[in-house]
Amino acid sequence: MNGHRGFSVLRSEAVGAVRTALVSAENLQLTLKTELSQEEQHLKPHTHTNGGPDETHTKGYCTEVNDDLKEMLESNKESLKLEAMKRIVGLIAKGKNASELFPAVVKNVASKNTELKKLVYVYLVRYAEEQQDLALLSISTFQRALKDPNQLIRASALRVLSSIRVLIIVPIMMLAIKEAASDMSPYVRKTSAHAIQKLYSLDPDQKEHLIEVIEKLLKDKSTLVAGSVVMAFEEVCPDRIDLIHKNYRKLCNLLVDVEEWGQVVIISMLTRYARTQFTSPWKEDSVFDEHSVRAFYESDEEKTRDETEAKAYVMDPDHRLLLRNTKPLLQSRNTAVVMSVAQLYWHLAPKNEVSIVTKSLVRLLRSHREVQYIVLQNIATMSIQRKGMFEPYMKSFYVRSTDATHIKSLKLEILTNLANEANISTILREFQTYVKSQDKQFAAGTIQAIGRCATNISEVTDTCLNGLVLLLSNRDETVVAESVVVIKKLLQTQPTQHSDIIKHMAKLFDNITVPMARASILWLMGEYCERVPKIAPDVLRKMAKSFTSEEDIVKLQTVNLAAKLYLTNSKQTKLLTQYILNLGKYDQNYDIRDRTRFIRQLIVPNDKSGALSKYAHRILLAPKPAPVIQSAYKDRDRYQLGTLSHTINTKASGYLELSDWPAVAPDQSVRNVEVIEPVKEEEEEEEEEGSGSSSSDDSSSSSEESGSDAESSVEKNSSQSSEESDKSSSQSEKSSSESDTEKKKRKTKKPLQKKTVKPTAKDSDSDENRNVAKEARSSSAEESSSDSESDSDTDADSGTEHKKKTKSKAKPKVEVKSNEEVSLLNLDDFTPAPLTQLKSSVLSPSLLGDLEGLCLSNVSSAIQVSGPAFVPEKSHDLLHRMTGKGLSAQYQFPRQPCLYQPTMVSVQISLTNTSDHPLEQIHIGDRSPTGLNIHCFNTIECLEPEASVTVSMGIDFNDSTQAANFQLCTKEDHFSVSIQPAVGELFLPITMTELDFHKEQGKLLGMNESSATITMAAENMTSQPISRPVATVANLGVVPSGQDNVHRFAGKTASSGAVVLVTVELRELSTALITINTEKSVMGSMLLRDLKQALAQA
Amino acid sequence: MIHSLFLINPSGDIFLEKHWKSVVSRSVCDYFLEAKEKALEPEDVPPVIHTPHHYLISIYRDKLFFLSIIQTEVPPLFVIEFLHRIAEMIQDYFGECSETVVKDNMVMVYELLEEMLDNGFPLATESNILKEMIRPPTILRSVVNTLTGTSNVGDTLPTGQLSTIPWRRAGVKYTNNEAYFDVVEEIDAILDQSGTTVFAEIQGVVEACVKLSGMPDLTLSFMNPRLLDDVSFHPCVRYKRWESERVLSFIPPDGNFTLMTYHVNAQNLVAIPVYVKQSISFFESGSGGRLDVTVGPKQTMGKTVEGVMVTVHMPKTILSVNLTATQGSYIYDNGTKLLVWDIGKLNPQKLPNLRGSLSLQAGAPKPEENPSLNIDLKIQQLAISGLKVNRLDMFGEKYKPFKGVKYITKAGKFQVRT
Repeated sequence: MNGHRGFSVLRSEAVGAVRTALVSAENLQLTLKTELSQEEQHLKPHTHTNGGPDETHTKGYCTEVNDDLKEMLESNKESLKLEAMKRIVGLIAKGKNASELFPAVVKNVASKNTELKKLVYVYLVRYAEEQQDLALLSISTFQRALKDPNQLIRASALRVLSSIRVLIIVPIMMLAIKEAASDMSPYVRKTSAHAIQKLYSLDPDQKEHLIEVIEKLLKDKSTLVAGSVVMAFEEVCPDRIDLIHKNYRKLCNLLVDVEEWGQVVIISMLTRYARTQFTSPWKEDSVFDEHSVRAFYESDEEKTRDETEAKAYVMDPDHRLLLRNTKPLLQSRNTAVVMSVAQLYWHLAPKNEVSIVTKSLVRLLRSHREVQYIVLQNIATMSIQRKGMFEPYMKSFYVRSTDATHIKSLKLEILTNLANEANISTILREFQTYVKSQDKQFAAGTIQAIGRCATNISEVTDTCLNGLVLLLSNRDETVVAESVVVIKKLLQTQPTQHSDIIKHMAKLFDNITVPMARASILWLMGEYCERVPKIAPDVLRKMAKSFTSEEDIVKLQTVNLAAKLYLTNSKQTKLLTQYILNLGKYDQNYDIRDRTRFIRQLIVPNDKSGALSKYAHRILLAPKPAPVIQSAYKDRDRYQLGTLSHTINTKASGYLELSDWPAVAPDQSVRNVEVIEPVKEEEEEEEEEGSGSSSSDDSSSSSEESGSDAESSVEKNSSQSSEESDKSSSQSEKSSSESDTEKKKRKTKKPLQKKTVKPTAKDSDSDENRNVAKEARSSSAEESSSDSESDSDTDADSGTEHKKKTKSKAKPKVEVKSNEEVSLLNLDDFTPAPLTQLKSSVLSPSLLGDLEGLCLSNVSSAIQVSGPAFVPEKSHDLLHRMTGKGLSAQYQFPRQPCLYQPTMVSVQISLTNTSDHPLEQIHIGDRSPTGLNIHCFNTIECLEPEASVTVSMGIDFNDSTQAANFQLCTKEDHFSVSIQPAVGELFLPITMTELDFHKEQGKLLGMNESSATITMAAENMTSQPISRPVATVANLGVVPSGQDNVHRFAGKTASSGAVVLVTVELRELSTALITINTEKSVMGSMLLRDLKQALAQA
Repeated sequence: MIHSLFLINPSGDIFLEKHWKSVVSRSVCDYFLEAKEKALEPEDVPPVIHTPHHYLISIYRDKLFFLSIIQTEVPPLFVIEFLHRIAEMIQDYFGECSETVVKDNMVMVYELLEEMLDNGFPLATESNILKEMIRPPTILRSVVNTLTGTSNVGDTLPTGQLSTIPWRRAGVKYTNNEAYFDVVEEIDAILDQSGTTVFAEIQGVVEACVKLSGMPDLTLSFMNPRLLDDVSFHPCVRYKRWESERVLSFIPPDGNFTLMTYHVNAQNLVAIPVYVKQSISFFESGSGGRLDVTVGPKQTMGKTVEGVMVTVHMPKTILSVNLTATQGSYIYDNGTKLLVWDIGKLNPQKLPNLRGSLSLQAGAPKPEENPSLNIDLKIQQLAISGLKVNRLDMFGEKYKPFKGVKYITKAGKFQVRT
């Protein structure tokens, strides 16, 4: 051990020596420089201090320490150098000045020790600005590193080089950035995007060149680069919106895969972009909104536009693309991402879609205090405009005694905004608790909030007022004072019948010491002195006594009161007024002296006073408009939500205004992208694989990238339209026509495209398994993969064409049935989606193909959903006619794939009216469990006596035999019914080859296998009777078998698409072995039980 | 974006500064310190402060202020989220986040900060990546380092940063492959005087500790995923599969991480595991008052309630308390006016009770409001919402991992108004 250590020390010394020799040339320069700079430093020792208070004191000590450190740095031992650097960085971290050591440190810039080198970089970046000349010495090292074969060394060199803020090296930086922007490694390109911002802040004159680089990097397809380059774009040239056009769709599609910080930046940039490029989705939707919202929401401007432009609004598919691709990010763990999606929806989505962000925003309230603060602020702004959005979550804004003060007041603000006639009693009850809070500031805030509720909701004004009057007898001064102020405001809105309250307040006057409250009472007295003719002069008398010791604000109101009383009741108050005016004349405060002088001239007639005194009464006692109590967040929405400007309510520097929607949308075609050669991506792929880091994933990612490549704009359009038609069947016609045109377009572009598509098509098979994992994660990737798939299909590759045909043949039933509903179907989900075959579930509905009547599901093996082997006639009672008051219902499982949703099991219900009167409006009511997914049949308006009707519905049993409970309702009655499926009905039969069967079975062993041996009757030993009972019990398909004594059946579960394999092996002595392989082991064992029973009986 | 960072302790000393762009003088912190002086509690310092040239965004966490200096428009949550990540990173590396820990590991923290941001924009925030670049200190490693002169800074450069799954480092190897999941549910509730629920909801989180070799692809499914109303995921979770199949499919990061957080459907009534009978009253004369609190189990699904603790913020005018607890012990801190009653396990046969008298400062008026009680509790082996993990499958690797799921229910912000 010892020997070994000695050796290593020796070795490190030797290495050090060699290194010294190697960099001797540089060292020579450095030592020369060093002395010079030391002299310089002696001349002006304080130039570079950064203003820390303790620096001047410890200067002597510092130099001493610095000498030590210098010695250590100059030594040959690596460990000593490292130790010295650590101490230096420690000094920097503490904010102490270590610039004197620059020459000694910079020598180590080429060190081989990673940590030492990193520490030197840290030092260099910190002090280069102050020691420009010396910093230049290190540049050559970085220039060399920029050519290093290792991408990470290149990146880190660029990172440090660009962080050195020295003007002279701008050209070098520029060159390095340009080179790095076309580097093969996306990581280096990312670094170059960061460097752009640094260079721009160092030398804004480089803007034009930098924009060129940004333009280039924006075209980059790597998710690593996207966030950083958009950041650079925002900083350097946020107004060059034209650079975004071509990259818009790509950015939308990549978004899910970009790292979280990049997502925030991209989303906020896209929000601005969308506001300039698309027309407003708002006016059209307001028709569907509730009236209240309409009234709240529509600005005048919009109304006028309504009139001028009555044309129906169609959302730009790109607009929809953005909304769709950002939605999943609401589930992000990063609060900033969630907030930025929320603001995007707020600023861009149709009114009726905005509310999907509510839940996520409320979720953020569980996060840290600071997050709560920002989110609550934004909710406050939102809730003013749209109460409905947050009303269901009102209780989430209830205040806890442990909340911080600013959180409390924000919650109060929101609760007040949410108050309406329906919930005001709940809110007021909650407020009652708050008023009693120990935090008096908060209690005062609550009183203000009550005041606002009272003015906004006229029903509760009186209640609130009475409540506030009760609070006047509260022991706490702040509470009383606040109540007085609020009561004053409330009374002003309806002064007529409240002289009682004014009297009450006059009584309290002696006990109230808070100036604002006293002033308020005085003002009330003066304003309504005619209603309290006896009390007002008395109050004035008291005030005259204590005038000198009052606060200024109270003095002013006293003068006011005196003046008003003098005008209305001069007999009683003349002397008092004069006395007060005299006191005021000699007051210390000039405001009060001014006011007194003014009032005296106004009310006391003398020869000098002009015409004004005639109008004194009208001036002082003019009816005054009631104050409007409104939220502090009223106009906050002039700033984009989620921004710093919104938080501080002033324009922060660098804030980019959100433009209004354009009246006419700019040309959409600017976003269409020409085909891009994928050559570079391939190189990259090799490179990445070569670097040996988790090669499978890297390559899958890059093949994905090239997938999105191949996708290109043309494809995206079609996928969008298909997605849209997915949403609403009403639009399906339109989209189908759209996709038709799309198809034509594609045909014309085919020769061009072929080139790009080829590698992807090739990849998609070989990479399938590897792709699987990644693709499932990201929607964009999915789309791209399915799109590329559809590409290869339509590119008339004869092989795929053939495959496709077999597929479409495999399920003719589906196609025939689904003619009408085609746009509702996610056909890919029909294919088995076992967990081992993630792929199938990954494919998004590529409806382009569906519309052609073809299924594009790319199942690798020939596993297809087939028609049922056998449909049992047996029907079950759903509702007996006795319990159903004449309505009887029976259900049966038709064993067809469900039309409504592939995960549902279709159920046929025959309803018969056995009563003597027609039954009206038969429909399905409440269901339980509440989340139960049922596709109801349309309401049957009328069922005549003795008539019967058969309807079909879909139920998603979610692969369990739990009964689906729901209510069957007629116009008068509700009957609770339940459908309990036999386990066998939850399957869909699939056909597969024996080979595939074995392959699947191989994946489902162990826990996933259950088997049993049974004895069965001898007559059942032939093939036909075996498949019959099995098919009766369970909706499974027959798999052709090579052996006579082995029968195989296959199916998949309806909901999750897990494969179910059944093997019945006949043995001697009329026994049989039943084996069931499925990962749904519960279903497996249930099925086994049913089969055992059926086969033993048969 | 983020210009500089200052770490400040509660007494206002700046003990670490880091600048990512040009240096900002630390005098800028004066604005913050001023605001801090004004606030009664450190929590009350406004997170965003507007000064003439800079914007200061700060968080208060683990008794430390993280103050960042901003010069231009930036989403404030972006900065706040990042500052919390820094705190989490320190916690992750050194086991706790405190002034002493940061001071002891000054250089390493500084190096980490250097890696986390480039020009003020987050570069590497995933703990897996950071740990590849700068290895966290362990006792063994620090001994080895002093002996051999090697360092914690990794020679291998981070591969995760280049891959499309940045959260997982490459080449993970374990002899024992194991994956543990903790389903932790917190009940947030406000109960009023009579014990009626004013507001209650369940927030859950699935914490994972995954130590699996290679590149495992995991699928976690629930028995009753319909319960989950609102979810948020670690970036590794494939959102599309959740949407279509309600299963969590992911390639996990190595080590500890939060897989998902969820909110349980608000329509389901929340079972409140304990009830609290309390009476706190003050005599009209203002000389003192009485306190009587009993805690008992309510809907516990047959499990024992443990770690029960009642915290009361007493009114300022309380001078002293004289109480007796039938179970557990209580502490009253007269400085903070905080009464903490640590009960421990709840025994349904013999309900714990705390009663006694409170005395007020002489001449002080009767407090207006009774203090509210904050309850803390823990129930092992139970997820109060009824959520159950169905199964965990692993693909992509050959070995059989050891799997485990643990359920815990805790009280979140559980408050009883009196």
